[in-house]
Amino acid sequence: MLSSPIKSNEIIFGSCNKDLLEEIIFYGMGLGADFVEIFIENTDNSSVLAEEDFITSVSPSFGRGAGIRIFKETKDGFVSTNDLTKQGLMRSVSQAIEMLDITDNKKGEVFNGLNKHRDYSLSKKKWINEVPSINEISEKLLVSTKSLKKNNKIITRKGSYSRNLQEVIIASSDGTYVSDIRLHQTVGLNLIASDAQYRSSGSRRFGSSGMPNEFKLWDHEKAANDVFESSMNMLYADYVEAGQMPVVLANKFGGVIFHEACGHLLETTQIERGTTPFENKLNEKIAHESVTAIDEGISEGSFGSLSVDDEGMEPEKSVLIKNGILKKFISDRAGELRTGHKRTGSGRRQNYSFAAASRMRNTYIAKGEHSKEDLINSINDGLYCKSMGGGSVGATGQFNFAVEEGYLIKNGKLTSPVKGATLIGEAKEVMPKISMCGNDLELAPGFCGSISGSVNVTVGQPHIKVDSITVGGR
Amino acid sequence: MNSKEITAQISKAADILNLKKWDYGASFSNDYSVQVDKGEAKQLKASQKQILTLRVWNESNLVGITTTSDISKSGIKKALNQANIASDFGNKNERTEFSPLAKDPIEVKDAKKRNPVGIKKLLTILREAEVKLLESHESIKSVPYNGLSESFYERVYANSDGAFRSYTKSQAALYLYARAEEKNKKPRSSGSVKLGYGVEDIDIESCIKDASNKTISHLNYSSIKTDKYLICFSPESFLTIINAFSSMFNARSILDGVSLSNKNSIGEKLSTEALNIYDDGLHEKNISSSPFDGEGTPTKRLCLINKGRIENFIHSESTARIFKTIPTGHAGLGSKVSVSPDWIVVEKSEENSNLKISLDHSTYEGEFVYVEELNAIHAGVRASQGSFSLPFDGWLYKNGKKISIESATVAGDIKYLLKNIVNIESSQEVTTSGISPHIWVDELSITGGA
Repeated sequence: MLSSPIKSNEIIFGSCNKDLLEEIIFYGMGLGADFVEIFIENTDNSSVLAEEDFITSVSPSFGRGAGIRIFKETKDGFVSTNDLTKQGLMRSVSQAIEMLDITDNKKGEVFNGLNKHRDYSLSKKKWINEVPSINEISEKLLVSTKSLKKNNKIITRKGSYSRNLQEVIIASSDGTYVSDIRLHQTVGLNLIASDAQYRSSGSRRFGSSGMPNEFKLWDHEKAANDVFESSMNMLYADYVEAGQMPVVLANKFGGVIFHEACGHLLETTQIERGTTPFENKLNEKIAHESVTAIDEGISEGSFGSLSVDDEGMEPEKSVLIKNGILKKFISDRAGELRTGHKRTGSGRRQNYSFAAASRMRNTYIAKGEHSKEDLINSINDGLYCKSMGGGSVGATGQFNFAVEEGYLIKNGKLTSPVKGATLIGEAKEVMPKISMCGNDLELAPGFCGSISGSVNVTVGQPHIKVDSITVGGR
Repeated sequence: MNSKEITAQISKAADILNLKKWDYGASFSNDYSVQVDKGEAKQLKASQKQILTLRVWNESNLVGITTTSDISKSGIKKALNQANIASDFGNKNERTEFSPLAKDPIEVKDAKKRNPVGIKKLLTILREAEVKLLESHESIKSVPYNGLSESFYERVYANSDGAFRSYTKSQAALYLYARAEEKNKKPRSSGSVKLGYGVEDIDIESCIKDASNKTISHLNYSSIKTDKYLICFSPESFLTIINAFSSMFNARSILDGVSLSNKNSIGEKLSTEALNIYDDGLHEKNISSSPFDGEGTPTKRLCLINKGRIENFIHSESTARIFKTIPTGHAGLGSKVSVSPDWIVVEKSEENSNLKISLDHSTYEGEFVYVEELNAIHAGVRASQGSFSLPFDGWLYKNGKKISIESATVAGDIKYLLKNIVNIESSQEVTTSGISPHIWVDELSITGGA
């Protein structure tokens, strides 16, 4: 419930800012803008680092700022500022108008005032009091880090936690007037093992959105055991021999490949740039018929979920690929304006200093009908990628991903661990080669860096089999 | 508030909280940038940013920190309060102090601060650059990634012991990344980045020419056979590798157990005697140079590898104290202070008689792979393990011909790479991340699709 309207010359969080926001939007429209959008945020973040048996860093931060975007036809001007006074915001509007060289104030679009306030933050205001305190975080993180087993080969054990609480107000000349509070928590464990010339590392990350108590309930022992086992398995691993081979990608974070290699190419920003091979492929087959892929922002608690996107639209569940056929692109306001693809509630940004862009949320390949064993048994000579590291996709669609934990497949069985593997390919060529999908879909949290900064996302998939891919190694 | 007023405000608020010891780093910036798409303005951006990082020491001499963009009186008070609370969790095992060099004189280069040219001028320049690049070759169909920006900023460090440093600077950047397409071939992309103190200092024509030449040179491509090859690293790609494995020289990384080096590695032979590597943040070609680091320590030139042996590590105040040396001007400002290199300079030492000087990238007629640019560093480098597997843009030189390599990776181990350097060319080139000659390495693995 909003408190009574306050006549203010400054944005005040927790108060009704409607009059001030309308005044600023009217000002921009009066100067000839086709569209004015104001995004205002207030943040309260904390991060904690545990090394070995001690807390070695506690870093709180807070801040506030505004991003103002003006559209004139398909061009946009974006100004960000830390000044949330009326004068500061109007100065930013003027600057954006001037940048766009809008000299006539002929009104193309009309602003009829802001709609009824949609306040998604009502049930979330208590979160700030429910999230774990620094004391509680430190205690849990120390317990978690200590649960990483010690032996004479383990040289570092680390645990890290970060919490981002972001309060936003979004108002625009189409009447949008929205408030929300977002809470993201993430915790990770890392370990490095060493023995003579051999070295390995392992890591696991957990994350959630909303759900202030989730960190307290995190099963740190399972994560610690996974990290330890992975590091020890990989310590004496040989380098993989490079070549073309079939691979099975594990579920959960294995989905990073779809995210990077295909997901980005389905964002309308890529259509705008002319850098996606899928631009004119809507309703055409771009993947094997076993592949159905989804991008959504609605799974409760998932790291990429949102009540509302950074342009004030509720996120939808978008079936991107259905049985191999391309069905939809991921679109934001600018994407709709410039490419004609309807918005999907995917306008996202790292913070107020970035203009929103079409970005993925929870993106995954849907489950199929096979067991993990079916996939592995179908391969005579290949690679099982149990844990993936990071990856990237180039301007012409070629991708590469590091395999953090890999095992050779010989005659349908997992055999020796191998390190140094990189998966290399192009989405257009690899998507038709995903021939089998498992029945064990799981999601994993991550951070995605792109045009509008780093945003929280979820990747996911069941176990999948790629018939042939280039594996880089020694 | 300006930096003097911020210092006074922090001092006043700290007194009220009975905080006797504090320091802060702040930056204030105004940035302007433009992007174009086929002659039209696409996105025009401006931002005013301010950021303050405050550290306080409590009565037990433990450090707490807070970062904020709210540099108002109330924001500063809140930041001090939060830092004070965080200090209860300060690291008892590794204490942080002021840098003993925080009041030493700093070397400030001639202020090459330029005035803003403004968004309209930026747009005009970028539009013209895009047109010229598109017209430079019929196969170049678009410039999907492009931008021209100018930034004006001030950085400040001050502490309760009376240290106060600040400097102001301007910087501009142009990047052009072209995409070329030919019938029945895969699209090929490449680009160029140029930096300057201001837009007028940027060599725009050379950026266009570089982006065009690089893109066109990759039009005729072929897969490469997976095998071990003689490799010539471009200056840019060799600097990328050295920066990716700079934890070898980083005292923070050594203490954290994530470096290939250890406390006793000074003097260890890492490579051929012909190799010298320096970190030289104040180098005249370093557009982004800063006269002091996050802790206020003056920036200086430091030899990292001398005739193939590790000569120095880079330090913050606390790592220097642990290693019983002095800070080197490479610190950030944090609860746990990070350490990182500034500007790497690679050169041939006097001990170079064992080099194969016939290996010159412009004249050598034997077979070799030229690595022009390494990609996806964050994904393909395992700094704590020493291994790398990186996609690259480059060419295979064979039988007097040069052909672009389609989608391949180069893989190896950094220690193996450094020990297998077979030539360091004489001529150094300036890049955006440092200076290096071409470096030749024998027997590195390439994975290709052939």
